[in-house]
Amino acid sequence: MRVLLPVIIGLLYATGIYLILRRSMVKVIFGLVVLGHAANLMIFTVGRLTKGSPAFVPHGATGIAEPFADPLPQALILTAIVIGFGIQAFTIALFKKTCQSLKTEDLDEMRNTDQLEKESP
Amino acid sequence: MLGLIATGFLASAIAPVLYKRYRENFGWIAVLFPLYMFFGFLSRYPEIAAGNSVRESLPWVPSLGINFSFLLDGLSLTFALIISLVGAAVFLFAGAYMKGYRDAGRFYLYIGVFMTSMLGLVLADNMLLLFVFWELTSFSSYLLIGFNHHKESSRKSALQALLVTGGGGLALLAGILLLGSVTGTYEISSFYDMNRIITSSALYPAIVVLLLLGAFTKSAQFPFHFWLPNAMEAPTPVSAYLHSATMVKAGIYLIARLNHEIGGTPLWQDTVLITGAVTMLFTATLAFRQTDLKKLLAYSTLSVLGTLVMLLGIGSELAIKAFFIYLIAHSLYKGTLFLVAGTIDHETGTRDVGKLAGLRKAMPVTAAAAALASFSMMGVIPLIGFIGKETVYKAILELDRWGLPLIGAAVLANACVVMVTLLVGFRPFLGKAKETPRQAHEAPLKMLLGPSLLAVLGLLIGLFPDFFISAMLEQSARNILSEELSLKIVLWHGFNLVLILSFVTLLLGGLFYALRPVVLRYSFFSSLPALFKPSSWYESALKGMLSFAKLQTLILQNGYLRNYTIVIVLAALIPASFALYRAAEEVSIIPDYSITFYEAALGLIIIISTGLLITSTSRLKSIVSLGVMGFSIGIIFVIYGAPDVALTTFAIETLNVILFVLVLQKLPKFLKLSRSSNRIRDAVIASGIGVFMTLVVLFATSFNISTELKEYFAAASLPEGKGLNVVNVILVDFRALDTLGEITVLTIAAIGVLAMLKTATGRKAQP
Repeated sequence: MRVLLPVIIGLLYATGIYLILRRSMVKVIFGLVVLGHAANLMIFTVGRLTKGSPAFVPHGATGIAEPFADPLPQALILTAIVIGFGIQAFTIALFKKTCQSLKTEDLDEMRNTDQLEKESP
Repeated sequence: MLGLIATGFLASAIAPVLYKRYRENFGWIAVLFPLYMFFGFLSRYPEIAAGNSVRESLPWVPSLGINFSFLLDGLSLTFALIISLVGAAVFLFAGAYMKGYRDAGRFYLYIGVFMTSMLGLVLADNMLLLFVFWELTSFSSYLLIGFNHHKESSRKSALQALLVTGGGGLALLAGILLLGSVTGTYEISSFYDMNRIITSSALYPAIVVLLLLGAFTKSAQFPFHFWLPNAMEAPTPVSAYLHSATMVKAGIYLIARLNHEIGGTPLWQDTVLITGAVTMLFTATLAFRQTDLKKLLAYSTLSVLGTLVMLLGIGSELAIKAFFIYLIAHSLYKGTLFLVAGTIDHETGTRDVGKLAGLRKAMPVTAAAAALASFSMMGVIPLIGFIGKETVYKAILELDRWGLPLIGAAVLANACVVMVTLLVGFRPFLGKAKETPRQAHEAPLKMLLGPSLLAVLGLLIGLFPDFFISAMLEQSARNILSEELSLKIVLWHGFNLVLILSFVTLLLGGLFYALRPVVLRYSFFSSLPALFKPSSWYESALKGMLSFAKLQTLILQNGYLRNYTIVIVLAALIPASFALYRAAEEVSIIPDYSITFYEAALGLIIIISTGLLITSTSRLKSIVSLGVMGFSIGIIFVIYGAPDVALTTFAIETLNVILFVLVLQKLPKFLKLSRSSNRIRDAVIASGIGVFMTLVVLFATSFNISTELKEYFAAASLPEGKGLNVVNVILVDFRALDTLGEITVLTIAAIGVLAMLKTATGRKAQP
């Protein structure tokens, strides 16, 4: 698993980036979700893996004996997951609104605000 | 001296308020400030003349070597006296001149800031401090040139001056930093004995080029001279003050100040000499086709600036002597003449020399001041200008190399200056009076006092040079050449070659004046081909920059989201992979291939779900794949001791799937939008990122990390957080503010979602 997990992380990143580069807006949102997974898993892995022993203080003791999983990356990921969900919910709602008002989900058709004004001929 | 500078800025800041209160009489109040400065500096005169210098220093950013250090020595005292004296004349003059302007209060703010910065510039003993004041003068010059901001030509000229001097300022900064890296200090007085270290450094040519670029743009040397005549858009007191007497001399001050420290090499001396000589002659000939009083004066100022730079390039004792006399002489007579031009403009309503004549009856005092200054400018005995010109000729004649062509150039240039003087100083006052837009009458006292004072001073110094300036010059020359000079200045040298040259100059000037109408009839001078006009280089550079910006925007800011993403991703990926490649040489990764059955199964599920997510054309199938992927990742969290994370993941994945299904169910199938070439390109980029991230994780996990935090949280959780689940304790106790922020973000997102789902779709898109 020490090798499999980095490979899975790489795969998730690749999938996320590929989806974000699509023209369809839904796929871009999927890409965001996948990238979120990738980042969380990466923080988790880089913080070192410990199998089967969560950071719980046993009853009656004051501390935990090694080995136990590092609680700090977990806390960080928890925050990230929840905020990630906020972003997803927002983009999904935004997507719905966009489709309703523009009748398209093709990002290439939503670029006139970023274009320089056409020179008058 | 720091107090003086601070007071200066403070006084400038309250000037608009005071102006509102006193209006008409504000000129009399404003003049107190430069006068106070002038007498303050004058009181130091005996001390400096005795050979002492005053240095003050207060740390500002000591770690970077930036200090508020000021040095008053002969050179800075000379400049400080000129700045404050001409300042006094100009402030008083402006009191009457600016009466008709709407924002005259603001004018005093700008010009006060300018004067203070200019004083700071010449007093600064720290190169970086000098740079700050240098930029402040460019900046206040910009505001003052563009003072009539409702006129397009004013705005354009102001921007031009700012871009040219500001660009030079950047070069100067680079030069200062290089100089600092060679010497290890930014204090100018510490450079004093470092000439050998600096000139033998490998960076020396770069330092010289950069510093001189700064100096030449500021002092409007060829080919950067074009901004100065355009700067005549400014109100006349500004032209008199900034663009003839003080600011344009900042570059010259810099060259003089650093001459001893980094000069003495052929590179420095020849560059300065040739640039100065070219400017002197070239700009003087340009004066031929001018008819505007101020433009005429501007071109003669350019010629004088060129002469001053040339003298520094010659660098002999006599040349430095000539430099100082000429510097003082020019400030006095040019200040006067500019103010006279302002008076004429103010009283008659025109500045066209063709339309002005016979004003001496209406304006006798102005005419007298103009005549006095003009004689000085032409170099007529017994004014200071005469001594100046004589000394310049003598210094040039002393040269072995270049001597003959240079003296020819100097005589020609000075003859053009004489012609300008005849046009500006005499022609408007002599002859029969002409009809002018306004009925001419003598200017008020405020406008007469300044120019008259400067003109009379020119006469007094000419008569008693030894008494007024000798001692100061000796000390100043010491700062430039580091030699004790005995500079006896006398008015009369006897009949010799130099005197003959002076006469030749006057005669030639008279001849030019007489021939000018004839020359102008042939269009030879009326327009130079664009290739030879540095101002057109500036125009095309500006245009090129704008079209480059447009091109760049078209390429980078083109509205395609994926292009932005590609740029961002590649810009991060390429240098990061390079860094990883460099760092990975030191590590040997020992992979651990051990794997259990359920881990392998989990991996397989995730791989299949990503494949489905990418290839699927059905929305529902994609959403299900996404859900499967999320739950599998949750199980990974379970295996590696993170039950809280896993629980959250399960909850959120469930919510996510529901939300997706609710929103997306009614929409049609995916369209196949991208071309296959695009898909391949995106796949390559995405795989690059994937491989890179895999390697990063392998690399990062091959080191031992500190377990300090882990142990701290495990030990502190129960006693300090009163909780057994360490992760939860971290979230609600140790990092509670993070969690609070998280809740806030969620709330805002929820409000956003609500707003989007509940509000009606806005305006229908235009058909």
